[in-house]
Order: sequence, then C-alpha cells, then structure tokens
Amino acid sequence: MQKITRDLLVEKAVSLLENGTVDMVLGWKKGEFDYDITPAVFADADSLKDFVFDDFCGANFSKYLISNTKKTASKVLVFLKPCDTYSFNQLLTEHRFDREKVYAVGIPCDGMVDIHKIRAISGEGIAKIECGEKITVSTIYDETVNIEKADVLAERCVTCKSKKHVAYDELLGEDGEVLESARFDEVEKLESMTADERFEFWQGELSRCIRCNACRDVCPACTCEKCVFDNPASPVENKAAANSFEEKMFHIIRAFHVAGRCTDCGECSRVCPQHIPLHLLNRKFIKDIDNFYGEYQAGEEVGSRAPLVNYTTEDLEPGEAVEGR
Amino acid sequence: MQVNERKPLIVAFCCNWCSYAGADLAGNNRLSYPADVKIIKVPCSCRVNPMFILRAFQRGADGVILCGCHPGDCHYTSGNYYTRRRMALLFSMLDYLGIEKERTRVEWVSAAEGAKFAATMNDFAQTVAALGENKRLEDLRCKK
Ligand code: SF4
Ligand code: SF4
Ligand code: SF4
Ligand code: FES
Repeated sequence: MQKITRDLLVEKAVSLLENGTVDMVLGWKKGEFDYDITPAVFADADSLKDFVFDDFCGANFSKYLISNTKKTASKVLVFLKPCDTYSFNQLLTEHRFDREKVYAVGIPCDGMVDIHKIRAISGEGIAKIECGEKITVSTIYDETVNIEKADVLAERCVTCKSKKHVAYDELLGEDGEVLESARFDEVEKLESMTADERFEFWQGELSRCIRCNACRDVCPACTCEKCVFDNPASPVENKAAANSFEEKMFHIIRAFHVAGRCTDCGECSRVCPQHIPLHLLNRKFIKDIDNFYGEYQAGEEVGSRAPLVNYTTEDLEPGEAVEGR
Repeated sequence: MQVNERKPLIVAFCCNWCSYAGADLAGNNRLSYPADVKIIKVPCSCRVNPMFILRAFQRGADGVILCGCHPGDCHYTSGNYYTRRRMALLFSMLDYLGIEKERTRVEWVSAAEGAKFAATMNDFAQTVAALGENKRLEDLRCKK
C-alpha cells in the first residue's frame, strides 16, 4: 500500500489549485494540541503550509461540502477516507450538495487513533505526540512512551466496516475491501441483558449528556436547516436536559431521525465530550433494519431508497419486532 | 381484587378513516372499554411521529397504542406501511433502552371492527395495568 503522507496530499492539493481544477481545499490543521486536529478550509497554496495529516485526522468532511460547495467558483477539493465516502454518497442521495462542485480524492486509511486511549496509557501531561508505526508520546514530565497503534485505534476503526471507497474522482494508493466487521457485537451483548440491566446501562450513559449537540452538528445525516431540537416550542429545545426523560427523548429521537440514513461513520461517538457510545444506538437501528428488512448499508450506492421511506406488504408487525431480531 | 387499584392512563392514537370510526362504532354498539383510554384522532396512522409517542409518556401515559387501517386499506394507500416500519424500529429501540415493550402497541382496526376496538382496548388496559405506573419514561414535572 502506498503510504499516504502529508506531503503527498499537499502536493496533490497544490497541483489541483494551480491548474485551476479547484479553488478551495478541505483539510486538517493543528488545533491547540498535536492531537486535536481540526477541519480547515485552505484557499491557496500558501496556506497549505498548515495542512496536517496524521493519525488524528478522523474528521469526516462530507458534511462540510454542503456549505462549501455553495462558496466555490469552481470545485472544492476534499480528501475522503473510505468511511467518509459512504457519508458522501448518502448526502448525494439526499441532494444536499452539487456533485459537479467537488473534486474528491480517496485516501486509503489504516485507522485513526483515539487520544483517550493514548492518555489512558501515557497518563496526563501529554506535550507532544508523533505518529508513525509506533505512537511516541512525550510528556511534560520528560517521559517518552511508545505505544502500538493497534492498541489505541479509535473504536470506529477497530470495527471498521469497509476499507473500500464507494466514491471518488481520483484515488491515491490502492483501494481496500469491504470488511467483516464485529460492529454489532456490543449491541448483541446489550440485547442479551435483562431489561433492567439495559435500563440501568443507558441511564448511566445518557445521564452524562450535557446536550452540547456536537453529535448532531457533526453528523453528515443531520443536515436539517431547522432541527427539531432547536425549536423553542418543542419540549426539547436547545438546552441541557432537565431530567432523564429529556435525555432519553433527545437520544431516541436523534438516533431515529438518522435511522436508515446513518452510514455508521462514527463521527458522533468521536466528538462526544462525554464519551457516550452513540454508535450503540445507531447500530441498534442498523442491525434491526438488516434483520427486519434485509441488509442495507446507507451510502453504499447513490440513489438507493432508505428503508424508512420504503416498505413491502409483508413487513413484520411492530408487535413482532422485539422477538424478530 | 385489590381496592384502590390505580387505573392506567392509556393514550390511543386513532386514524380518522378506520380506527376512529371503529371507536365510534364501539360506542354506538354500547361496547364498553376503559374510560382511561384517551383517544387522539390523527389523519392517518403515519401522522404519528415517534416523538408523539414519547410525548404521551412524558405527559403521564402508562401505555400508548396506535391504531390504523389494516395494511392495504389505508385511506392514503400506503401510510400505514410506513407506520409499521417506524413503529417496529421505535418499539425495538425502547426495549433496547430497557423500557417495557408491553407499554406500546400497534393494532389495525377497521371502521367495521367496533368489537375489535373495544376488545383491544380492554386487553391493552389490562396489560398496562399489570405493569403498573410508567416510571421509565416519566417526567416528574408533568405529574399532577
Ligand atoms: S455530543 Fe455527547 S454530550 Fe453532546 S449532546 Fe451529543 S451525546 Fe450529549
Ligand atoms: S449518527 Fe453518527 S455514525 Fe451515523 S452518520 Fe451521524 S455521525 Fe455518522
Ligand atoms: S436531530 Fe433530526 S431534526 Fe435535528 S438535524 Fe438531526 S435529523 Fe434533523
Ligand atoms: S388512513 Fe388509516 S392508517 Fe392511513
């Protein structure tokens, strides 16, 4: 596999800017720390000096295309990891941006890492992190810790569903395959618990939610210009949940609104500052949809009909749903 | 039989074209069903957004039932097919969160099925009464 490096991506971006194919580049730049890489828009070759690409580049840029394709005079260059391409297709299916305004470069991915897992090994006081075969962490206490990348992979990468790009104009390196993923294992574990245990588990998880709405804001399936959670006339307007009912309301409805359209890109769980396993809600819907209505992967194909806007006359009855899974 | 038995509050969403008419027929035929079943008329079963169900629980319902035309008979052709998928997923999700699945139900009741309407409500009210008060989806601010 060709190693995808920062320089390779910058070289590509510069050449596309210079030959006029694109006038805008979506990429990553350093935030406050080495590990908080943030999405950025680069307008010229000069600004690309700040471009970063390493193992912290989890951010999926598909959603950013909605606003940026409206600003470009030619095309926007976007780098897409395999998982990002599913979101890209899903947004196209929903007519959320103009495909003609995008130049998509697929980049192979060997997984992103999770800073929280790194910190659990290195301890607090991280001063510098170098990515590579091994992750090297230097701390403010002058310690150096070497960590295997495999031990600190982000949860969504541990259960990666596909290394195959489903959309691109150009691919750097070699494409991978759709994987056999163990992504439903944890859902199954929960299903096998008793209702009381499940209730307790979710009560514990959801009560940590601070309603920052980051999970919604980052989600490529949550693209409503007016979100139900911003409606002041609703009982769940944009504010911290007042009690456990509101927590559950928010989480059930958020997950429901993306059911059938969620590509399982993993962004919601990645950005949650409270480490709430939102993927366990999304994957429950995905798993049920697969079981009830046949396997369906959102974003695999542009134009496919999402399961909740579809039906057959033979569908199972709601009363059979819990038994039918 | 227990004295002072708490009567469960049931919210029944009924579509205008079949189930609401079915409820009417039950009334005309003087069939009895619990007075604690509060009917909310909706144009079609698919008008019921998952949030309606949760809101009913929030406002104090102990059970929520959704009634519509039989599959194939929806006044709008296919509304209830969408209802069927949505509610299957919603109910399964509620169960996944540990909320008693018996508190939610979907039943297809035609305009001619007054007897089925009454029987369904009696049965559902009994099931919900056996579960007791809704605690897992309650909002204390809405309690009287
Ligand atoms: S990102 Fe996490 S804390 Fe913020 S609203 Fe979503 S679940 Fe709650
Ligand atoms: S719900 Fe989460 S995993 Fe699904 S598309 Fe949205 S951000 Fe991605
Ligand atoms: S939570 Fe629902 S209403 Fe809000 S942005 Fe997401 S899909 Fe739209
Ligand atoms: S009109 Fe009765 S279910 Fe649609």
